[in-house]
Amino acid sequence: MKIRYFAWVRERIGKAEEVVDLPAEVLTTTDLLIWLKSRGEEYDWALERPDVIRVACDQVHAAPGTPLAGVREVALFPPMTGG
Amino acid sequence: MAEVPLTVRVQREPFDVAAETDLLTHGRTDIGAVVTFTGLCRSEGGDLAALELEHYPGMAEAEIERTAKAAIDRWPLLGVTAIHRHGRIAPGEPIVLVITVSSHRVAAFEAAEYLMDFLKTRAPFWKKEEKHDGTTGGWVDARDHDDRAAARWEK
Repeated sequence: MKIRYFAWVRERIGKAEEVVDLPAEVLTTTDLLIWLKSRGEEYDWALERPDVIRVACDQVHAAPGTPLAGVREVALFPPMTGG
Repeated sequence: MAEVPLTVRVQREPFDVAAETDLLTHGRTDIGAVVTFTGLCRSEGGDLAALELEHYPGMAEAEIERTAKAAIDRWPLLGVTAIHRHGRIAPGEPIVLVITVSSHRVAAFEAAEYLMDFLKTRAPFWKKEEKHDGTTGGWVDARDHDDRAAARWEK
């Protein structure tokens, strides 16, 4: 699965995107955040407050706990500040 | 019912408000109200040299379009244009344009406000500040005020 990062999440993790093989126990967006957070200190820093991280699945906003089955692209980013 | 003209663009270059308005109104005699909203980059008291606007290509357009279609479902609109810029934007330059046209003003005013409220809280754009002394001012924080503005449309 492809994961994309934006704004300060991208800066803290140090990459804009990556392709990952998800462990079998990662079933939802919430599981994904917990798993990513354990992958290294840059991830831990970027995701230190998982409650503020917004998630999109295939370019559509996804609520916490959204199932990842069939999803090709997940994006993680901070609250949006456009307009 | 005829398809409502809808234009959504995410672009680096500035936009021309008069030309975009004309595209919606030219040759039509059923439109009684045009509301245009232009959001500009502020200097924040003179400290800010520029904003760098990052966006999520693809989703940015799709999310603005979803919001515009929701507005078209909710109000009797005769056309909508929404343009959001990305990249480096200096104080005084435009960032975002929303145009709503309708037979009567209330629908056009309300729909323009609705579009802006949801664009700010749902369209995937992020602003980073660049100061005059060359340092970065960091990422702009999302404001509760904007979330409350969007929440008032839920019913």
